[in-house]
Amino acid sequence: MQVILEQQAKERIASMIARYFDGKARNGRLFINLGVGIPTMVANYITSPSIYVQAENGMLGVGCAAPEGRMDHDLINAGRTCVTETPGCSYMDSAASFGMIRGGHIDATVIGAFEVDQKGNIANWIIPNGKQLGVGGAMDLVTGAREVVIAMQHTSKNGKPKLVKQCTLPITGIGEADMVITEYAVFVFDKGRLILKEIAPEITVDELRGITDAEFNV
Amino acid sequence: MVSDKYRSIEDAIARVKPGSRIMVGSFGLAGYPEELIEALAASGTGDLTIISNDLGTPGVGLGKLLTNNQIRSLIGTYYNWNPEVAGAYNEGRISVKLVPQGTFAEAIRAAGVGIPAFFTPTGAGTELAAGKETREFAGKACVLEESIHADVALIKAYKADELGNLVYYKTARNFNPVMAMAADTVIAEVEEIVPVGSLDPECIVTPHMYVDVLTMRKS
Repeated sequence: MQVILEQQAKERIASMIARYFDGKARNGRLFINLGVGIPTMVANYITSPSIYVQAENGMLGVGCAAPEGRMDHDLINAGRTCVTETPGCSYMDSAASFGMIRGGHIDATVIGAFEVDQKGNIANWIIPNGKQLGVGGAMDLVTGAREVVIAMQHTSKNGKPKLVKQCTLPITGIGEADMVITEYAVFVFDKGRLILKEIAPEITVDELRGITDAEFNV
Repeated sequence: MVSDKYRSIEDAIARVKPGSRIMVGSFGLAGYPEELIEALAASGTGDLTIISNDLGTPGVGLGKLLTNNQIRSLIGTYYNWNPEVAGAYNEGRISVKLVPQGTFAEAIRAAGVGIPAFFTPTGAGTELAAGKETREFAGKACVLEESIHADVALIKAYKADELGNLVYYKTARNFNPVMAMAADTVIAEVEEIVPVGSLDPECIVTPHMYVDVLTMRKS
């Protein structure tokens, strides 16, 4: 097993997700919502003009990050980054924005996670350490988006598996994960089972099992 | 400018009484009524329940109200941008009710449109649904959420006409239009007040019947 450094891992995860969406968008327009962290980086790799990014703070048609000197602090994404408009973009209030999400109009959301378990439960909103107090749109997104793609490094900073048998942290939603993309592998959930779809050249299946607590089928 | 709703920022904020439930439009520092909040902080009015998505950053915007000890409780979605909130909560100085952001927006909208409660799949099976009634619809567990109403809403819009019709600017719109429907008294801080008839009726987001007081930013 060859170690993949953090920055390279993140770039790889983001580019793989972008490639996945580019492929899907060949069949028609795709509306996606990107969470903070690695998910935001997905936008840098998307090439299809048929992909429209929604931000839950009330915008459809989010462009790239605003360049220095052209930042408008009333034009932000949900991570509070100043962004740009794409042609045909629109604004809506927060209730309408979450109506898009909860109403099943968003094809996919990409989110990070602290843990995902083999039943597709996601824990991504709180580590109960007394320092955090916030849920934001995480629960609405995992429940409402038609497809939930988890973008995360395979293990935590101290090397613990993040794909686990059962979530130990408070969950965001029950069985909502559809796909997990890490720097080492792509997994999908199919009928409640975790299936390995792709594996990186740096690792063998046995080595992958060594850094994955969840049980998966090949 | 001829508007019978127009008041100075100070006169407008005097409507906020100690112990009130105050809704404030914002997402981070986008779209919050900056000068009204400055005036509320300067007034020292306390014992407030603040209903807002977040609480800005420490000592800035809504964060000032916490730094000044003017807050008794919070209802909102995301306080990780202001670590002083977790600190005050852990010390028992304030109570905090966390609501998923889409449920929060919908609960405010519901109050504005006369719906006392609604079922939503968001949050079912999580800690935030603890103690709430859950019922299954089409095979999906849903949580009963009550609407959220306030005594006063402090909102930020881009332009008003003299009647109080409002238009917004980009993502500064956020929670402002729904909050404008969900409070007994609605005070809007705007950048400009234009004559009646000069806003395109197709573009007005908040009709004037919802707006009680108009104030204008000095800067």
